[in-house]
Amino acid sequence: MSAPELELLWWEGCPSTERALAELREALRDVGLGDAEIRTREIDTDADAERAGFRGSPTILIDGEDFAGADGDEIGLGCRVYRRRDGRISPTPDPDDLREALKQAAARER
Amino acid sequence: MSVAIGDKAPEFELPDTEGASWSAPNGDGANATVVVFTCNHCPYALAWHDRIAQAARDYAERGVRFLAISSNDAERYPRDSYDAMKARVAKEDWPMPYLYDQTQEVARAYGAKTTPDLFVVDSEGRLAYRGAPDSDYDDPGQEAQWLRDALDAVLGGEQPARAETKPVGCSIKWKA
Repeated sequence: MSAPELELLWWEGCPSTERALAELREALRDVGLGDAEIRTREIDTDADAERAGFRGSPTILIDGEDFAGADGDEIGLGCRVYRRRDGRISPTPDPDDLREALKQAAARER
Repeated sequence: MSVAIGDKAPEFELPDTEGASWSAPNGDGANATVVVFTCNHCPYALAWHDRIAQAARDYAERGVRFLAISSNDAERYPRDSYDAMKARVAKEDWPMPYLYDQTQEVARAYGAKTTPDLFVVDSEGRLAYRGAPDSDYDDPGQEAQWLRDALDAVLGGEQPARAETKPVGCSIKWKA
Protein backbone atom coordinates (compact mmCIF):
# COMPACT_ATOMS: atom_id res chain seq x y z
CA MET A 1 0.00 0.00 0.00
CA SER A 2 1.43 3.41 -0.92
CA ALA A 3 0.22 6.84 -0.01
CA PRO A 4 -1.72 8.73 -2.69
CA GLU A 5 -1.08 12.37 -3.47
CA LEU A 6 -3.38 14.47 -1.35
CA GLU A 7 -4.37 18.08 -1.75
CA LEU A 8 -7.00 20.06 0.09
CA LEU A 9 -8.31 23.12 -1.71
CA TRP A 10 -9.89 25.78 0.47
CA TRP A 11 -11.51 29.19 0.34
CA GLU A 12 -11.46 31.64 3.21
CA GLY A 13 -15.20 32.25 3.05
CA CYS A 14 -15.88 28.88 4.67
CA PRO A 15 -14.92 28.04 8.25
CA SER A 16 -14.64 24.31 7.56
CA THR A 17 -10.98 24.03 6.53
CA GLU A 18 -9.50 23.07 9.89
CA ARG A 19 -12.18 20.51 10.53
CA ALA A 20 -11.77 19.04 7.06
CA LEU A 21 -8.03 18.75 7.57
CA ALA A 22 -8.46 17.11 10.95
CA GLU A 23 -10.96 14.62 9.57
CA LEU A 24 -8.70 13.85 6.63
CA ARG A 25 -5.74 13.24 8.94
CA GLU A 26 -7.85 10.98 11.12
CA ALA A 27 -9.06 9.03 8.09
CA LEU A 28 -5.45 8.61 6.93
CA ARG A 29 -4.46 7.25 10.33
CA ASP A 30 -7.42 4.89 10.29
CA VAL A 31 -6.32 3.32 7.00
CA GLY A 32 -2.66 3.11 7.95
CA LEU A 33 -1.47 6.15 6.01
CA GLY A 34 -0.81 8.44 8.94
CA ASP A 35 2.48 9.63 7.47
CA ALA A 36 0.95 10.80 4.19
CA GLU A 37 1.59 14.38 3.23
CA ILE A 38 -1.37 16.70 2.70
CA ARG A 39 -0.80 19.76 0.58
CA THR A 40 -3.15 22.68 0.98
CA ARG A 41 -3.94 25.33 -1.60
CA GLU A 42 -6.01 28.45 -1.20
CA ILE A 43 -8.45 29.27 -3.96
CA ASP A 44 -9.28 32.95 -3.85
CA THR A 45 -10.50 34.06 -7.25
CA ASP A 46 -13.16 32.88 -9.65
CA ALA A 47 -10.41 32.31 -12.22
CA ASP A 48 -8.52 30.07 -9.77
CA ALA A 49 -11.71 28.16 -9.07
CA GLU A 50 -12.32 27.66 -12.78
CA ARG A 51 -8.78 26.45 -13.41
CA ALA A 52 -8.86 24.05 -10.48
CA GLY A 53 -12.40 22.78 -11.10
CA PHE A 54 -13.08 23.94 -7.55
CA ARG A 55 -16.63 23.05 -6.50
CA GLY A 56 -16.49 24.69 -3.12
CA SER A 57 -14.50 24.62 0.06
CA PRO A 58 -13.22 22.18 1.11
CA THR A 59 -12.40 20.11 -1.95
CA ILE A 60 -10.14 17.11 -1.48
CA LEU A 61 -8.10 15.81 -4.37
CA ILE A 62 -6.78 12.27 -4.19
CA ASP A 63 -4.17 11.63 -6.86
CA GLY A 64 -5.38 14.79 -8.54
CA GLU A 65 -9.03 13.73 -8.69
CA ASP A 66 -11.88 15.34 -6.77
CA PHE A 67 -12.76 12.43 -4.53
CA ALA A 68 -16.37 13.60 -4.16
CA GLY A 69 -16.99 13.68 -7.89
CA ALA A 70 -18.31 16.45 -10.06
CA ASP A 71 -22.04 16.20 -9.40
CA GLY A 72 -24.08 18.76 -7.56
CA ASP A 73 -22.01 21.76 -6.66
CA GLU A 74 -21.12 24.39 -9.22
CA ILE A 75 -17.58 25.51 -9.89
CA GLY A 76 -16.84 28.72 -8.01
CA LEU A 77 -16.01 30.30 -4.69
CA GLY A 78 -18.42 28.87 -2.17
CA CYS A 79 -18.84 26.36 0.60
CA ARG A 80 -19.28 22.81 -0.54
CA VAL A 81 -22.33 20.88 0.52
CA TYR A 82 -21.61 17.28 1.49
CA ARG A 83 -24.12 14.70 2.55
CA ARG A 84 -23.26 12.26 5.30
CA ARG A 85 -24.20 8.62 4.93
CA ASP A 86 -27.08 9.12 7.37
CA GLY A 87 -28.50 11.84 5.13
CA ARG A 88 -27.40 14.86 7.15
CA ILE A 89 -26.01 17.83 5.27
CA SER A 90 -22.50 18.74 6.28
CA PRO A 91 -19.72 21.15 5.30
CA THR A 92 -17.21 18.28 5.36
CA PRO A 93 -17.26 14.83 3.77
CA ASP A 94 -18.45 11.72 5.57
CA PRO A 95 -15.34 10.17 7.18
CA ASP A 96 -16.41 6.73 5.95
CA ASP A 97 -16.45 8.04 2.38
CA LEU A 98 -12.97 9.46 2.91
CA ARG A 99 -11.62 6.21 4.35
CA GLU A 100 -13.09 4.22 1.50
CA ALA A 101 -11.61 6.52 -1.14
CA LEU A 102 -8.20 6.52 0.57
CA LYS A 103 -8.14 2.73 0.77
CA GLN A 104 -8.97 2.42 -2.89
CA ALA A 105 -6.33 4.97 -3.85
CA ALA A 106 -3.69 3.30 -1.70
CA ALA A 107 -4.41 -0.06 -3.29
CA ARG A 108 -3.81 1.26 -6.80
CA GLU A 109 -0.45 0.63 -8.41
CA ARG A 110 1.54 3.77 -9.05
CA MET B 1 -23.03 49.30 10.05
CA SER B 2 -24.31 46.83 12.55
CA VAL B 3 -26.72 46.76 15.44
CA ALA B 4 -25.74 46.11 19.05
CA ILE B 5 -27.68 44.32 21.75
CA GLY B 6 -30.27 46.74 23.15
CA ASP B 7 -30.23 48.96 20.08
CA LYS B 8 -33.27 49.56 17.94
CA ALA B 9 -33.15 47.04 15.11
CA PRO B 10 -33.06 48.56 11.62
CA GLU B 11 -36.43 48.71 9.92
CA PHE B 12 -36.86 47.20 6.50
CA GLU B 13 -39.39 46.14 3.94
CA LEU B 14 -38.66 43.22 1.62
CA PRO B 15 -40.62 40.97 -0.75
CA ASP B 16 -41.15 37.28 -0.07
CA THR B 17 -41.16 34.52 -2.67
CA GLU B 18 -44.82 35.20 -3.45
CA GLY B 19 -44.19 38.89 -3.99
CA ALA B 20 -45.87 39.95 -0.75
CA SER B 21 -44.13 42.67 1.20
CA TRP B 22 -43.01 42.17 4.80
CA SER B 23 -41.80 44.82 7.19
CA ALA B 24 -39.85 44.56 10.39
CA PRO B 25 -39.16 44.83 13.20
CA ASN B 26 -42.58 45.99 14.34
CA GLY B 27 -45.00 44.60 11.79
CA ASP B 28 -48.11 42.70 12.84
CA GLY B 29 -47.61 43.43 16.55
CA ALA B 30 -45.41 40.40 17.06
CA ASN B 31 -44.22 39.61 20.58
CA ALA B 32 -40.81 39.04 19.08
CA THR B 33 -39.31 38.82 15.61
CA VAL B 34 -36.52 36.51 14.54
CA VAL B 35 -34.59 37.72 11.52
CA VAL B 36 -32.70 34.82 9.98
CA PHE B 37 -30.07 35.59 7.37
CA THR B 38 -29.77 32.41 5.35
CA CYS B 39 -29.39 31.15 1.79
CA ASN B 40 -29.90 28.16 -0.47
CA HIS B 41 -26.43 26.79 -0.96
CA CYS B 42 -24.50 27.02 2.31
CA PRO B 43 -24.04 23.70 4.15
CA TYR B 44 -24.25 25.41 7.55
CA ALA B 45 -27.49 27.16 6.66
CA LEU B 46 -28.89 23.93 5.28
CA ALA B 47 -27.77 21.88 8.28
CA TRP B 48 -29.48 24.28 10.70
CA HIS B 49 -32.54 24.99 8.58
CA ASP B 50 -34.84 22.28 9.97
CA ARG B 51 -34.06 23.29 13.55
CA ILE B 52 -34.80 26.93 12.86
CA ALA B 53 -37.98 26.00 10.99
CA GLN B 54 -39.14 23.84 13.90
CA ALA B 55 -38.54 26.72 16.29
CA ALA B 56 -40.64 28.93 14.01
CA ARG B 57 -43.49 26.42 14.23
CA ASP B 58 -43.13 25.97 17.98
CA TYR B 59 -43.11 29.68 18.78
CA ALA B 60 -45.77 30.82 16.32
CA GLU B 61 -48.53 30.35 18.91
CA ARG B 62 -46.62 32.61 21.26
CA GLY B 63 -46.67 35.45 18.80
CA VAL B 64 -43.13 35.10 17.50
CA ARG B 65 -42.61 35.94 13.87
CA PHE B 66 -39.72 34.48 11.88
CA LEU B 67 -38.45 36.20 8.73
CA ALA B 68 -35.80 34.42 6.67
CA ILE B 69 -33.74 36.66 4.41
CA SER B 70 -31.37 35.83 1.57
CA SER B 71 -28.90 38.62 0.84
CA ASN B 72 -26.26 36.83 -1.22
CA ASP B 73 -25.10 38.20 -4.56
CA ALA B 74 -27.28 36.18 -6.91
CA GLU B 75 -25.31 37.12 -10.00
CA ARG B 76 -22.23 35.28 -8.82
CA TYR B 77 -24.26 32.67 -6.94
CA PRO B 78 -27.25 31.75 -9.10
CA ARG B 79 -28.39 29.19 -6.55
CA ASP B 80 -29.35 32.15 -4.39
CA SER B 81 -31.36 33.90 -7.06
CA TYR B 82 -34.93 35.03 -6.41
CA ASP B 83 -36.15 32.30 -8.78
CA ALA B 84 -34.12 29.70 -6.89
CA MET B 85 -35.62 30.94 -3.62
CA LYS B 86 -39.11 30.60 -5.05
CA ALA B 87 -38.36 27.09 -6.28
CA ARG B 88 -37.05 26.04 -2.90
CA VAL B 89 -40.04 27.35 -0.98
CA ALA B 90 -42.40 25.69 -3.46
CA LYS B 91 -40.68 22.36 -2.87
CA GLU B 92 -40.27 22.53 0.89
CA ASP B 93 -42.52 23.19 3.88
CA TRP B 94 -41.50 26.66 5.09
CA PRO B 95 -43.17 28.02 8.24
CA MET B 96 -41.76 31.49 7.60
CA PRO B 97 -41.55 33.84 4.64
CA TYR B 98 -38.30 33.83 2.68
CA LEU B 99 -37.40 37.42 1.80
CA TYR B 100 -35.09 38.68 -0.91
CA ASP B 101 -32.61 41.40 0.03
CA GLN B 102 -31.46 42.16 -3.49
CA THR B 103 -29.58 45.34 -2.60
CA GLN B 104 -27.97 43.75 0.47
CA GLU B 105 -28.91 46.88 2.41
CA VAL B 106 -30.69 44.93 5.14
CA ALA B 107 -27.76 42.57 5.70
CA ARG B 108 -25.44 45.57 5.91
CA ALA B 109 -27.76 47.42 8.28
CA TYR B 110 -27.85 44.45 10.65
CA GLY B 111 -24.16 43.69 10.25
CA ALA B 112 -24.95 40.12 9.23
CA LYS B 113 -21.80 38.14 8.57
CA THR B 114 -22.73 34.57 7.80
CA THR B 115 -25.49 32.22 6.81
CA PRO B 116 -27.05 31.54 9.15
CA ASP B 117 -26.89 34.63 11.35
CA LEU B 118 -29.86 35.18 13.67
CA PHE B 119 -31.22 38.37 15.23
CA VAL B 120 -33.97 38.25 17.87
CA VAL B 121 -35.86 41.52 18.18
CA ASP B 122 -38.22 42.16 21.10
CA SER B 123 -41.70 43.67 20.94
CA GLU B 124 -40.23 47.16 21.31
CA GLY B 125 -37.99 46.63 18.32
CA ARG B 126 -34.75 46.25 20.26
CA LEU B 127 -32.16 43.61 19.54
CA ALA B 128 -32.11 40.98 22.26
CA TYR B 129 -30.01 38.19 20.75
CA ARG B 130 -27.62 37.80 17.87
CA GLY B 131 -25.66 34.79 16.72
CA ALA B 132 -25.94 31.09 16.01
CA PRO B 133 -29.03 28.93 16.56
CA ASP B 134 -27.12 26.60 18.90
CA SER B 135 -23.63 25.34 19.58
CA ASP B 136 -23.26 22.70 16.87
CA TYR B 137 -24.54 22.63 13.31
CA ASP B 138 -23.68 18.94 13.24
CA ASP B 139 -25.94 17.94 16.12
CA PRO B 140 -29.68 18.09 15.36
CA GLY B 141 -30.32 17.24 19.01
CA GLN B 142 -29.31 20.80 19.92
CA GLU B 143 -32.71 21.93 18.57
CA ALA B 144 -31.67 25.58 18.19
CA GLN B 145 -31.45 25.84 21.97
CA TRP B 146 -29.63 29.20 22.08
CA LEU B 147 -32.37 30.70 19.97
CA ARG B 148 -35.09 29.10 22.11
CA ASP B 149 -33.42 30.33 25.31
CA ALA B 150 -33.34 33.85 23.92
CA LEU B 151 -36.98 33.72 22.87
CA ASP B 152 -38.09 32.33 26.23
CA ALA B 153 -36.32 35.19 27.96
CA VAL B 154 -37.75 37.86 25.68
CA LEU B 155 -41.28 36.47 25.96
CA GLY B 156 -40.86 36.45 29.74
CA GLY B 157 -39.89 40.10 29.71
CA GLU B 158 -36.24 39.43 30.51
CA GLN B 159 -32.92 39.87 28.79
CA PRO B 160 -31.40 36.64 27.47
CA ALA B 161 -28.58 35.39 29.69
CA ARG B 162 -26.64 34.60 26.51
CA ALA B 163 -27.36 37.65 24.39
CA GLU B 164 -24.65 37.20 21.80
CA THR B 165 -22.87 34.22 20.28
CA LYS B 166 -20.50 33.93 17.37
CA PRO B 167 -22.36 33.35 14.12
CA VAL B 168 -21.04 30.28 12.34
CA GLY B 169 -21.48 29.61 8.65
CA CYS B 170 -20.61 30.69 5.15
CA SER B 171 -19.71 34.32 4.70
CA ILE B 172 -22.43 36.43 3.10
CA LYS B 173 -21.59 36.83 -0.58
CA TRP B 174 -21.31 40.58 -1.03
CA LYS B 175 -21.54 42.27 -4.36
CA ALA B 176 -18.28 43.68 -5.67
